[in-house]
Amino acid sequence: MKLHEHQAKEILKKYGLPVPEGRVAFSLQEAYQVAEELGEFPLVVKAQVHCGGRGKAGGVKLVKNMEELQQAVEGMLGKVLKTFQCPDGKPVSRVWIEKATNIEKEYYLSITLDRSVSKPILMASAEGGMEIEEVAKEKPEAIIMFHIDPALGLMPSQARKIAFRLGLPVNEFVKTALALYKAYMDLDASLVEINPLVLTREGNLVLLDAKVELDDNALIRHKDLEELEDLTQLDPLEVEAKRYNLNYIKLDGNIGCMVNGAGLAMTTMDIIKLAGGNPANFLDVGGGANVEQIANAFRILMADENVKAVFINIFGGILRCDRLAQGLIEAAKMVDIKVPVVVRMEGTNVEEGKKLLKESGINFITAEDMWDGAKKAVELANRGG
Amino acid sequence: MAILVGKDTRVVVQGITGKEGSFHALQCKAYGTKVVAGVTPGKGGQKVEDIPVFNTVEEAVKETGANCSLIFVPPAFAGDAIVEALDAGIELIVCITEGIPVKDMLMVKHYMLKNYPKAKLIGPNCPGVITPGEAKVGIMPGHIFKRGSIGIVSRSGTLTYEASYQLTQYGLGQSTAVGIGGDPVHGLSHKDVIAMFNEDPETEAILMIGEIGGTAEEEAAEYIKAHVKKPVFAYIAGITAPPGRRMGHAGAIITGGKGTAQAKMQALREAGVHVIENPAFIGRTVAEVLGRI
Repeated sequence: MKLHEHQAKEILKKYGLPVPEGRVAFSLQEAYQVAEELGEFPLVVKAQVHCGGRGKAGGVKLVKNMEELQQAVEGMLGKVLKTFQCPDGKPVSRVWIEKATNIEKEYYLSITLDRSVSKPILMASAEGGMEIEEVAKEKPEAIIMFHIDPALGLMPSQARKIAFRLGLPVNEFVKTALALYKAYMDLDASLVEINPLVLTREGNLVLLDAKVELDDNALIRHKDLEELEDLTQLDPLEVEAKRYNLNYIKLDGNIGCMVNGAGLAMTTMDIIKLAGGNPANFLDVGGGANVEQIANAFRILMADENVKAVFINIFGGILRCDRLAQGLIEAAKMVDIKVPVVVRMEGTNVEEGKKLLKESGINFITAEDMWDGAKKAVELANRGG
Repeated sequence: MAILVGKDTRVVVQGITGKEGSFHALQCKAYGTKVVAGVTPGKGGQKVEDIPVFNTVEEAVKETGANCSLIFVPPAFAGDAIVEALDAGIELIVCITEGIPVKDMLMVKHYMLKNYPKAKLIGPNCPGVITPGEAKVGIMPGHIFKRGSIGIVSRSGTLTYEASYQLTQYGLGQSTAVGIGGDPVHGLSHKDVIAMFNEDPETEAILMIGEIGGTAEEEAAEYIKAHVKKPVFAYIAGITAPPGRRMGHAGAIITGGKGTAQAKMQALREAGVHVIENPAFIGRTVAEVLGRI
C-alpha cells in the first residue's frame, strides 16, 4: 500500500525527522487557511497523487502570494495529473502546502528490502532529485549501498561513514538515517525513499519529498495505517475486486482472463500475447474460491468495456472444476454475457465440471488445452472488436 | 527418497485443529505420508481422527519422533511457529501460510541462518513438497503427480500442477516437486533445490518454473552454468507483466527495471538451459529434448 507524500511527512515528523512545516488541504478554502497558519510566503503547493514525476507535469508550484496560491490550488484540485510515469493520470483530491526550502544541494536516501540477501538495504547518493534507476544506469558508482543486519539494526558508525563520503553534516545525517530506519521497521514499510534529501543554505538537512510504501501483509497489525489508503488513486474495478478478496489488475488489452493461482494467471496473460492477443487484466481467484467469488469475478471482468472475449483457465487442485463450473453457471444468471467465453479446465473433477457446463445450456466455448483456449479467445476477440 | 521428503519423513502439522490444517493433514495421510502428530497450543491430548495433538512441537518430537513440520498457522503467528519448530530440532519445515509480514520472515530467517544452519525451510506461501508415491507434505492434489525422474522446482502452485500434468501426459513422472513459494523472503531458493536435484541419482532432468521479480532465477542460472550437467528446462511467467505492479505473489513485481522475464530467460539461455516460451508446451519440450517422443 502506498502513502501520500503528506501522510508520509506527517508520520516521519513523529520520528523526529526534519520535514518542512506544512499542512494538507482538500479545498481552496482550506488552502487559504493553511497559508494563514503557516504565516509566510513563499510556499510550495504539491499535488498529492501516487505517481512520480509531478514537478515536470505542473504538480508542484512555488507561490509568492495569495493570488498565486489560488491559481496553483485551482489548477490542481479536481484535475487529473498526468506525468511521464502515469500517462493516464491520477485524480488530485488534495494538495500539500509547505514552507519553501532554500536548497543548497540535493541528495538521495532510501531503505528497502534486498531480496537476494534477505536484508534491508540503505542507498544514498549525491545525485538527488533524479530517479535512482537513472543514476544506477548512468553513474552506478555514485550510489552508496549498505546492507543492514536485521538483528543489529543500523549503527551510527555505519551511517557516519556515508555522511563523510557524501560530505553531509555528520551528526544530523546519522540522526536522520537512524530515525528513518526506525520508521522503516516500525511501520513495516517495504520502501522509504527521500528524494531529494536537501542540504539547505542554512546548513540543515530537510526531507523535501517522502515516499513510503507499506507491506500489505503487515497491515493486519497497523489498522491506523490501513485507514490512510486513498482509494481514488486505484482503478475502481481493482477496488471492487479487493472487496471480494480477488486479486485483479486492470491492463489495456481486450481479452478478459479468469485464473486460479497467481503464477498460472501471469502465464495466461503471457499465452494470450503469444497467440497474438492482449490481456485485459490479471485476475487470480485463488485456490479456495467459492461460487460467490467466482460470480463476482465474472461480473468485474465484464464491467471492463474493452473486453471483447473472456478466457477462463483453471487448473483444478483445491478449487475443484465442478465448483468452478457451478460458479460460472450462477454468474451467467446474474451477469449479462455479451462476449464469447472460452473455458479451459483441467485437474480435479474435470469431467463433472465439463458435464455441468455442457448441460447448463449456456454457450461456453470449451478448449482442449491452454494454447487452444488462448488461440480461440484471440480469434473471437478480433472478430468482435 | 528423491529429495527432501520420502518414506522416512515423519510429519508434525502445526495448526492441525484449524480448518485448513485438519483437512490437509488428513489429505497428506490419505496419500500415504506418515503424519505422526499435530500441534495446537492448549489442545494437547485431543486427536484429529487418530493423529495425536500436542501443546508444543518439542513434546510432539519427543513423543512421536517427528522430523518434519508442516505449518498452517495464521499469518500473524506463523513466524513464531517456524521458530518453535526450529527450537524443537526440526530440520525440514514446510510453511504453507500465505500473508506473513515480510519483517517477521526477515527476523525468522536470520535467526534460522545463525542458529540452525542445517535446517531447511520451504515457503512460506507455497504449495509444499511431494515425492510421488512416497510422501506429500503440502496442499497439492496428489493424483496429478506420478513417480518418475523429473525434478520440479517452482515459485507457483497451480503452475506446478499444470507442468506436472503436462509431463505426465508424455509419460514423464517426477522425482520430487518443490514449491518454494512466492514471498520476497523465503527459505530454499531455486538454486538450493537445483543443487539437491543435481546430486540426486533419481533425478534425470530438472524443470524450473520461475516468475518475474527478484534475481533468484539469475542466481540459479549462474549455479547451473558452473555445476549442473543434467538437462535443465525453465519456464518464466510474467513476460507481459507491467512494471511496478505486484502480480499476486508479493515477490512478483518488476521494480527499477529489475526482475523482468526477458532478463531471466536471457541469463538461463546463456547457462545452457532449455528455455520454454510457450507454457502449453512444457511437457512436449521436455519429452522431445529427452528423446521420449
